[in-house]
Amino acid sequence: MRLSASTSRGRRIAVVTGAAGLVVLAGLAAVLVGPADLSPAAVMRELFGWVPGVGPSGLSEQEGVILWRLRAPRVVMAGIVGACLSVSGAAYQGAFRNALADPYLLGAAAGAGLGATLVLVSGGTGVLVGGTPLLPVASFVGAIAGVGLAYAVGGSMGGRSRTGLILAGVAVASFLTAIQTFVQQRNSDTLREVYTWILGRLTTAGWSDVVLILPYAAVSMVALVLHGRLLDVLGLGDDEAASLGIRPARVRLAVVGAASLATAAAVAVAGLIGFVGIIVPHAVRLVVGASNRWVVPLSALGGAAFLVLADLAARTVVAPGELPIGVVTALLGAPAFALLLRRPGRMA
Amino acid sequence: MRKFRSAALAGAVVLVLAACSDVSTTVPSSEPSPTTEAPAFPVTIGTGKYGVTIDEQPAAIVSLSPTATEMLFAIGAGDQVVAADEYSDYPAEAPTTDLSGYDPNVEAIVSFEPDLVILEGARGAVVDGLESLGIPALIQPAAASLEDTYAQMKDLGVATGYVDEATVTITAMRADIEGALAAVPDASGIRVYHELDDTYYSVTTDTFIGQVYAEFGMVNIADAAKGASSGYPQLSAEYIVKADPQLIVLADGDCCGQSAETVAARDGWGDIAAVRDGGLIVIDDSVASRWGPRIVEFIEAVSAGLQGLAT
Repeated sequence: MRLSASTSRGRRIAVVTGAAGLVVLAGLAAVLVGPADLSPAAVMRELFGWVPGVGPSGLSEQEGVILWRLRAPRVVMAGIVGACLSVSGAAYQGAFRNALADPYLLGAAAGAGLGATLVLVSGGTGVLVGGTPLLPVASFVGAIAGVGLAYAVGGSMGGRSRTGLILAGVAVASFLTAIQTFVQQRNSDTLREVYTWILGRLTTAGWSDVVLILPYAAVSMVALVLHGRLLDVLGLGDDEAASLGIRPARVRLAVVGAASLATAAAVAVAGLIGFVGIIVPHAVRLVVGASNRWVVPLSALGGAAFLVLADLAARTVVAPGELPIGVVTALLGAPAFALLLRRPGRMA
Repeated sequence: MRKFRSAALAGAVVLVLAACSDVSTTVPSSEPSPTTEAPAFPVTIGTGKYGVTIDEQPAAIVSLSPTATEMLFAIGAGDQVVAADEYSDYPAEAPTTDLSGYDPNVEAIVSFEPDLVILEGARGAVVDGLESLGIPALIQPAAASLEDTYAQMKDLGVATGYVDEATVTITAMRADIEGALAAVPDASGIRVYHELDDTYYSVTTDTFIGQVYAEFGMVNIADAAKGASSGYPQLSAEYIVKADPQLIVLADGDCCGQSAETVAARDGWGDIAAVRDGGLIVIDDSVASRWGPRIVEFIEAVSAGLQGLAT
């Protein structure tokens, strides 16, 4: 919005292309490198076997299984989860006009944490609900319930103003976290399982998990991208937006609903991965300015690339051991973000 | 009652020692006399920070360690245990209470009027609190090896006045473990993966359980991740598949509902040698996480699993 329409448009298209390229490169790097030590040349031949002239990959059957059934779904999953969390973060920041808003603002993390903890302490991780493991289902339901509760409380506190919702979110999150901590404390033999879940998990990601969350991720991301312009109007203030014929509470409900769906989907399969939802949208704003029409879709691409790279670090730095993904996102993300803030001549 | 059992066990000592004379040399204590009366108190166990003096034979023990509870019952001191912590679920007659071993509460402990408290970790404030009330506290941290287990059982024997019984139990454990190890002709080089939960946390040879696999001469695939953590690394799925373990030991049946079927159903795990050739064994979570007398069960189960592989 700051630059003249034509130049900014050209520049932004270049940025989108660049971001998409970054996702592809990050994905390629993540598929090529891993603790199982597959030959990168062979993996490249396996990936591009459909191109005429590329010979057989030379991967053994076992290596093929590792590549296609363990490594590839994990990379895809990291991309989807990163995109979901970043888009949700961008949407929350827009809807609440609050730079510190993140996808967990309204109790999604606390609700999901409670749901996951209840399953983990009751030994229900192996239980299937209609073919789906109970843990993601409970996390998903918990996240949605947390946000729903915050919304209901915010509404009863008089209107669904920004501040009212945020305060309701704080209250609900504290309350649910207290229950979760209590349950965990009563079952200290499962401390490690709960702790691992809270630090995020992509270790066990398979194609079934991808299939599980893809519909939610796709629907909510499309909805949020389409709401970019309305978020920009909302950014003028609720009264101004209303005078332009927009109902702020309704837009906010739609945006928060879609963002919470994306967050719940991500949390269900990956646990609580912090930092992505707050840092990626800000990094995107530093590059392309504040218009949500661009920030929202670019956050999806940036978040995907960022989490794919963070997960690459998580499974290679201490290979064949794993680092908690939530630790890596902060360890990698905080300095990267600080560098971006310092960059001379940045566009912000 | 107690004297009777004491005498019977003391008699058994002689029998066991006579039966396996080669084992007797490894029993650290001097040969017990079959006519031992109630042992002499006071006794002092350990030195320095962990040192504790017990003036009289304890009649009311509070055990805040599930492992110690199992050991106390194994050496015949179970009748003296008045309260055990919330996770002391074995044996069935253990007086399990709401007491927490992770976050012990002196006031709650004292309400059982104990004359000996057994703790798993050194919790300064708790020990100080008990000390100021004149209640001795014996600290028995997680064992790093089978020898630690034997030493702790012996200490418990001394602390409770069941020295002979402890010696008998230890001797029997040694014999059973020897037998289980000997039953496997050659397990050297067999690759083993021990699973703590369904996110692939495992144990290295630096841990108590890891030591058991080392006793068999097996290769622990988690050792490659030794640098990643202090004994309990989380492994990458693709590494586990690549390492192709021949024996998978599941210690996450209770916590996480894992079984031979669920492991075989995991994406990409079907071709692992252990899955293909039936090298999967499920061990009770608590047996595999304690270092008490039931470690014999664990070793026998691993032995059986290995024998299954050989045929």
